[in-house]
Amino acid sequence: MSTSSPRPPVRPRRVALFVTCLVDLFRPSVGFAAVKLLEDAGCTVEVPPLQVCCGQPAYNTGDRTTTRAIAAQVIDAFEGYDAVVAPSGSCGGMLSHHYPGLFDDDPALKARAENLAGRSYELIAFLVDVLGVRDVGARYQGSVTYHDSCSGLRELGVKAQPRNLLGSVQGLELREMKTPEVCCGFGGTFCVKYPEISNAMVGEKSADIAATGADTLLAGDLGCLMNMAGKLQREGSAVRVRHVAEVLAGMGDLPAIGEPERG
Amino acid sequence: MESTAHAFKENVGHALADPNLQDSLAKLKVGFSERRRQAAERLPEFEALRDRARDIKNHTLAHLDFYLEEFERKVIGLGGHVHWAPTAADARRIIAELCQSVNARTVAKSKSMVAEEIALNEHLEALGIAPIETDLGEYIIQLRHEPPSHIIAPAVHLTKDQVADTFLEHHAKLGFDKRLTERNDLVAEARYVLRQKFLDADVGLTGANFLVAETGSSMLVTNEGNADLSNTLPRMHIVLASIEKVIPTLEDAAVLLRVLARSATGQESSAYTTLNTGPKRHEDLDGPEQYHVVLLDNGRSSVLGTEMQDILRCIRCGACMNHCPVYGAVGGHAYGWVYPGPMGAVLTPQLVGVEEASNLPNASTFCGRCESVCPVRIPLPKLMRHWREREFEKHLTPKAVRQGLAMWSFAARRPALYRRLTAMANRVLALFGRADGRYRTLPLAGGWTRFRDFPAPQPGGTFHARWAKRKA
Repeated sequence: MSTSSPRPPVRPRRVALFVTCLVDLFRPSVGFAAVKLLEDAGCTVEVPPLQVCCGQPAYNTGDRTTTRAIAAQVIDAFEGYDAVVAPSGSCGGMLSHHYPGLFDDDPALKARAENLAGRSYELIAFLVDVLGVRDVGARYQGSVTYHDSCSGLRELGVKAQPRNLLGSVQGLELREMKTPEVCCGFGGTFCVKYPEISNAMVGEKSADIAATGADTLLAGDLGCLMNMAGKLQREGSAVRVRHVAEVLAGMGDLPAIGEPERG
Repeated sequence: MESTAHAFKENVGHALADPNLQDSLAKLKVGFSERRRQAAERLPEFEALRDRARDIKNHTLAHLDFYLEEFERKVIGLGGHVHWAPTAADARRIIAELCQSVNARTVAKSKSMVAEEIALNEHLEALGIAPIETDLGEYIIQLRHEPPSHIIAPAVHLTKDQVADTFLEHHAKLGFDKRLTERNDLVAEARYVLRQKFLDADVGLTGANFLVAETGSSMLVTNEGNADLSNTLPRMHIVLASIEKVIPTLEDAAVLLRVLARSATGQESSAYTTLNTGPKRHEDLDGPEQYHVVLLDNGRSSVLGTEMQDILRCIRCGACMNHCPVYGAVGGHAYGWVYPGPMGAVLTPQLVGVEEASNLPNASTFCGRCESVCPVRIPLPKLMRHWREREFEKHLTPKAVRQGLAMWSFAARRPALYRRLTAMANRVLALFGRADGRYRTLPLAGGWTRFRDFPAPQPGGTFHARWAKRKA
């Protein structure tokens, strides 16, 4: 793996992986891909055992008390690491953009939340913007289209970074959708609270994906990926769906999301 | 108008099954956002102007009482009148009395969402006064007895063919008995029919985009020029505006106009920008003899100083709904009241009650596209989340959601228990999903599997279980 300047003056060494609950439960390979990418870039990766969830299900349902309790738990679990990295713009954005506002009435916790926010990152942005990774040395034979998940794009500015790294993958051809920035309709509990609207949204997304002719769909958030994979497969599409980290880490030959183990 | 926001889910069902609406929405989604993007790109200082627009509105809201009284003083000095309407009922009564004072039989209206908010047309009709909508879109939906579905494009839910049918049905008796197919012909026919109505009108009623405190002017932008006919031809001009429309100076108006048209339609400026500053003066060739401004509160002042205050910055450009994937899927009528889309999801619970409109702030993925295009940078997702918090506190959140959340949070706050539960779920889901890699149906997940397959977990245990093994 080659890296190039500019780099920040202090290079984070001890990195904590925020696994995310969906990756933990449904697709551990995304977590291992993240570990590989971080280790290849020279980081020591640890997985704090007391982590569970970032609290978004409670936060977006309006349950502030539970959100605060879970956020406090996350703040404890990730104390002392140089950086906290999540293979998700949604969970990363929760830590870096929403935690401090939960503790306006508790200056001590607010200060700790701000400290955590200042060292929390989405994986791909961390690799490119902080570690200066330019080439991941991976191969992937196929044409891919990349969906910009909402929180990563609009809260964290994740847009060019994954495309830059995908550009370094040998054999990979990127074919853009007409509207890669439009929401796929997942929205956490939204997709089961308003399934008809969510279906209309993901239906439009799958049409946009199909129109690219790409054989693989990538994104940086497993929730969006499961939603889009589920729709594509229900429609009988042959498009394979993977997390961008898997392709970048050279794990693009694993069964795709929603596909059975081979053999 | 009567709210059907409580029936949001039923409304959504109808909207998704309406092919004409879906046709119209497909065009809207591409057209508006693309034009706004190009307009923003053409203006290097656009982002800086959004900051200034936000700051102007914030400053005004922080001194709202001062600027409203300043505006009133100026209007009175010009020979006009200002009427304070704390509620919708007050505004209806004031306007009806003004119309009756000149024995008005018809009122020419230029599009006003606040008039929709206070259900003015129904009230005037009950008193034997005929309101005539002069904005083309408003005129079309008035003929069809439909509410607007968009705050700047009220008939955007209709196709050209539907408009042609409506005109034939209503204009045949006026001698227009040929069904038109060309857009320009439809517009020409509406123009001809409406022209006589302007000349007949006793009162002109307009909304206002801005009220300028330093001059006492009300400011209106349109693309049809109908507002100018509404406020110059009749004897009496009534401006109906909500209190947060006031801004300090004409200079401020210039900033806001620059972001308004670009955000709304992608135009550099709207075709017509009209300033009304008092009644006809001695030396004027035309203009109304009487000039009245009705200032509506209707619950807005109670938002001041609360976590929802930012919504009062809204300048009604419609960009949030033009870019909203939920609005784009279901259209404006599904929201059930006057204001649809993200701004409506924040404002409607305030104006009709959160019990009535509880679905609206929940029907969002928080994708944030609305906030990213709002010309005055209203944090719409954050405000929708605040409504969800209020609903949760008031126990309005559906019981199934509360129970599910309670069970989840019990586990999420106990990492050891959570690990055991997720390991079990992973094992079971991976085992039974192994053959296909996914589920076509799954107990308790009907909302998902009705439309989508549900991916099974990778076999081999959760990440944490596998990580522990790797470390051991």
